[in-house]
Amino acid sequence: METVRPDKQTPIPSPEQEAHTVPAPASPWKEAFRQLRRNKLAVVGMFIISFFILIAVFAPLLTPHQVSTMNAADRLQGPSADYWFGTDDLGRDIFTRIVYGARISLMVGFFAVTGALIFGSMLGILAGYFGRWVDMLISRVFDIMLAFPSILLAIAIVAILGPSLQNALIAIAIINIPIFGRLVRSKVISIREEEYIMAAKAQGMKSGRILVHHVLPNSMAPIIVQATLGFGTAILEAAALGFLGLGAQPPTPEWGRMLSDARQYITSAPWTVLFPGLSIMLVVLGFNMIGDGLRDALDPKMKH
Amino acid sequence: MTDQPLLKVTNLKKYFPIKGGILGRPVGEVKAVDDVSFDVFEGEVLGIVGESGCGKSTTGKALLRLIEPTAGGVHFQGKDITTLGTDEMRKVRRDMQIIFQDPYASLNPRHNIGKILSEPLLVHGLAEKKERTEKVHEILRIVGLPPEAADRYPHQFSGGQRQRIGIARALIVRPKLIICDEPVSALDVSIQSQILNLMEDLQEEFGLTYVFIAHDLSVVKHISDRIAVMYLGKIVELADRDDLYDRPLHPYTESLMSAVPEPDPDVKKERIVLEGDVPSPSDPPPGCPFHNRCPYVMDVCREKVPALEAVHVNHYAACHLHTEEGGDADASINHLKGEKA
Repeated sequence: METVRPDKQTPIPSPEQEAHTVPAPASPWKEAFRQLRRNKLAVVGMFIISFFILIAVFAPLLTPHQVSTMNAADRLQGPSADYWFGTDDLGRDIFTRIVYGARISLMVGFFAVTGALIFGSMLGILAGYFGRWVDMLISRVFDIMLAFPSILLAIAIVAILGPSLQNALIAIAIINIPIFGRLVRSKVISIREEEYIMAAKAQGMKSGRILVHHVLPNSMAPIIVQATLGFGTAILEAAALGFLGLGAQPPTPEWGRMLSDARQYITSAPWTVLFPGLSIMLVVLGFNMIGDGLRDALDPKMKH
Repeated sequence: MTDQPLLKVTNLKKYFPIKGGILGRPVGEVKAVDDVSFDVFEGEVLGIVGESGCGKSTTGKALLRLIEPTAGGVHFQGKDITTLGTDEMRKVRRDMQIIFQDPYASLNPRHNIGKILSEPLLVHGLAEKKERTEKVHEILRIVGLPPEAADRYPHQFSGGQRQRIGIARALIVRPKLIICDEPVSALDVSIQSQILNLMEDLQEEFGLTYVFIAHDLSVVKHISDRIAVMYLGKIVELADRDDLYDRPLHPYTESLMSAVPEPDPDVKKERIVLEGDVPSPSDPPPGCPFHNRCPYVMDVCREKVPALEAVHVNHYAACHLHTEEGGDADASINHLKGEKA
């Protein structure tokens, strides 16, 4: 009978040998991106958003008509070779307005999310890192803000500031602050207790460095996901404010405003509401698909 | 080297408040570390053993002020570090490092090994950029990892390799003292011995002093020069390794020793099985913390806390059996032992 001698047959791999079998180095971010590309829905989402970004950037080259030029003779025309998406009640080309509207919606989404992200993160870090009464104060303010339906709060803010696209943007940023703030706070609190933070402290690192180099990068994943999803919500909220007449003012080609202006022609000229509605839906869907994909890609539990 | 201990711990205490009620007022305390004193001499390995929850890890972290001690002194190289300001403390940290128990949790998953290892050099301003890379490669070689490891991330390594990285991180600033907080208990038995051997080699090579915390008696026996046994936040016995294993004085140590598995099946040994559970550290029993489980309990044990006193040369025990209050202690032990046999 053959005796099994594990020491001879399966030598314990030396650290060198083990390390060589490990695949090529990849930073966790690169790996997350690779995961994201494998997710079909996220890729579709990225295509949709890239498409809207492209048409927003090259709007003047793509549009056959002027944004606000009225043509009384051609009002409420159906889609045709001349007017691809038809015309509205003032005879303006809907395709042109949709293309320029992409600029506004993406801009609103970007600035509202960035603003909410910056202020929300700062407040969240303060609350999470310092705790005690700072946390108490900031968290209660967040709670109060979250107690209102967000759109109601936005309407209240715009009512104070006066209706305009800029004020709508500010209102949307404000109502999103507690969402980011709470997320960052909870993340900072949990990361603060991690052993590698204690290790960093044991190295003799200053708390500022620990916060910037260790706490923040490890809190990024859910923030990125929330920011992507927040893009979609912000665009939707801007459209809602526009629809209510509290956002962009005429003749700005804002999608929500276009919906509201065209709603009385919904039966006689459905294209006037169909295309702005479809655009809002597509952009929001695109961001949500990317956000969902990112959530999966950045989830450490999905790591193998 | 000298009679002056490298680390002198006096009456160290760490009480965690228990908050209760809607107002979060403290309603009690968990005495995780309760009046612990010991010395660590340069070049030695002091083992601290005890079961889960006895406060050994808390002691280790309190020595480095990673957990702020409630009271007591920690004198490192003759200086009480518990009173140092933040900046002074950061400088001292260069000389006293720690190796953590869990090699998965103690490495930042978003940093590659090169960054993890060069950061201590950076924060203490010990080397320029180019020199840092060299030092990282050097330390990787010392702990038995290839230089390419510097470009990789923690999740690409096995547990044993990660612990090597944890050791490298502690070692790269060339500290005098390393607190080893159960450095091998998260590893496979086959890897444990590799890491232990590495730590022994490093101790010899760099003249390190270890405070080695573990719950595994054979691991502690292997590496330590002196051993402290902790029970419920207190040191109950402190002695040279062989002395402690050959003639344990405290009944708790005795029962711990009897729990070590015997590899030879023919050797019959008496297993002392303790009854009951460890009391809650938030409500320790009066008198000796061990009295409700002790097979030799006497009346004095229920009333008076025994002090850690020298019974033999360099052999300390906190037990009334070995003090005057215990009266004719040796006789009573023999009597009890005779009864049991």
